[in-house]
Amino acid sequence: MDLAYYYELWRGMMLSKDPMLEGWQVFFVRFYQAFLENDRWLQYLKGAGTTLYVTAMALCIGVALGVLVAVIRTAHDQQRPGNRNFVLGVINLVCKVYVTIIRGTPMMVQILIMGMVIFSSSRNYTLVGALTLGINSGAYVAEIIRGGLMSLDPGQMEAGRSLGLNYFDTMRFIVVPQAFKAILPSLGNEFIVLLKDTSMISVIGGQELIKAARDVINRTYDAMFPLLGSAFVYLVLVLIFSYLQGILERRLRQSDRR
Amino acid sequence: MKLMKKLGALLLALTMAVALAACSDTGSNPSQPGGGEGEPSKSVESAEPNQGGEPAAFTTIEEGKLLMCTNAAFPPYEMTDDSGNVIGIDPEIAQAIADKLGLELVIDDIDFDAALISVQENRHDVILAGLTYREDRDLVMDFTDSYATGYQVIIVNEGDDRIAGTNDDLELIDKDGNKLEDIQIGVQRGTTGETFCQGAHGVDHVTSLDNGSVAVQALINGQVDCVVIDKGPAEEYVKNNPGLTILEAEYVIEDYCAAVDEGNTALLNAINGALNELIADGTVQKIMDRYISAG
Repeated sequence: MDLAYYYELWRGMMLSKDPMLEGWQVFFVRFYQAFLENDRWLQYLKGAGTTLYVTAMALCIGVALGVLVAVIRTAHDQQRPGNRNFVLGVINLVCKVYVTIIRGTPMMVQILIMGMVIFSSSRNYTLVGALTLGINSGAYVAEIIRGGLMSLDPGQMEAGRSLGLNYFDTMRFIVVPQAFKAILPSLGNEFIVLLKDTSMISVIGGQELIKAARDVINRTYDAMFPLLGSAFVYLVLVLIFSYLQGILERRLRQSDRR
Repeated sequence: MKLMKKLGALLLALTMAVALAACSDTGSNPSQPGGGEGEPSKSVESAEPNQGGEPAAFTTIEEGKLLMCTNAAFPPYEMTDDSGNVIGIDPEIAQAIADKLGLELVIDDIDFDAALISVQENRHDVILAGLTYREDRDLVMDFTDSYATGYQVIIVNEGDDRIAGTNDDLELIDKDGNKLEDIQIGVQRGTTGETFCQGAHGVDHVTSLDNGSVAVQALINGQVDCVVIDKGPAEEYVKNNPGLTILEAEYVIEDYCAAVDEGNTALLNAINGALNELIADGTVQKIMDRYISAG
């Protein structure tokens, strides 16, 4: 019942190299010191909170950027031949450069550049990390959304327009709902990657889940349980995420004729 | 089509505005625009470090606060406690200095190599991280007077007698005094130990790890043959990990200092003044004793 009592007892036996000590007791001591002693699990919890916060922030930035870039790129690419818009071309080029740079450089390098070069005088590591992740995610989300928009038959847009809807109403009521359903799986993929990538902001000082685990490792000199524990937390978070995504997909499928 | 263009432009402008606002929000600290090179204009050059009393007028990045960075995996100089606070010798000395200067101490725990850069970038006022004085570091930051002496020592697994000590060239040698060729040394990234070992044995024989405790775990796992690190943390690691031992030989003797950005003379003098008072009245010694002999 009293775990702390056994922890102290068996830990003492470990220190004195007692031959009576059994494997599962060592296991318990290591588990206890990784999570339960001094309420260390609270630190993991706090770290997980930061992880979720960063994910949410990055998600918002990423989706906003992604939608913007995707709409611009699609609008540019779907212009009628001979009817090119110069301004749109320039904006499209900017978007292309953005996507190319972000997709062409490693996440880790982007975080280090943001943390140590661009925002080198900011001490709000978590926010810098979230911003970096958001900008990174935006490039991938943009390509996913662009894929969805481009995959629709142009006839959908033409039909909408010829019924008297303007561009935005056609987008809102006809194109986007269909495209959204198609891109949902890959969008979910991207969000899961984003959630896991938050672990990288610890390199610029972000106080998230992995940082908490590493702090415990530095105090206990035992890496196994803190790392396995944080892996487990990530897994649980991703499972929750996929579950929610599953619900959404089911709801969107309700109108399908099957 | 026209409407869409307008809206697109509006969106773009909005994004930029938001991005700019974010920049100014996180990056701006009214008193400190970027590089500190030209900063000492406000300072009074003549401030004697030992004058006591009133040091020269100094500025900190955030008014009323002393921002300190460290890497809290360097016991007993700095480590974290179970509520995530940074504790140890350096934080206590910094607290004492901040009290003397009438500032509030703020500590950030980041990677050691990032901490070195952070002070130069004016993200933090001062670094206290068991930082060794080195000439090449002095080129980019200003060091205070030394408050402690450290040694680089060699940790090995008990019963491993391949390494006998070091020679004058800082090379690890065996019993017969020959340089050990086939050896893997674990060090902490960005430390003087790393510099010395890479110089003596070449980059291929040195494994640089995030912090001392990871290096020690690599040693326990057998991924490296020995760990070269400062004596203070080494003793702490050996105490907590049965099966490790410190070799008798002292590798290099070093001075621990705090450091501020290059050219920030006013702050340097202020910290030096406070530090020397603390050394003189025995406060520093008291802090050291509490952490080092208590073990």
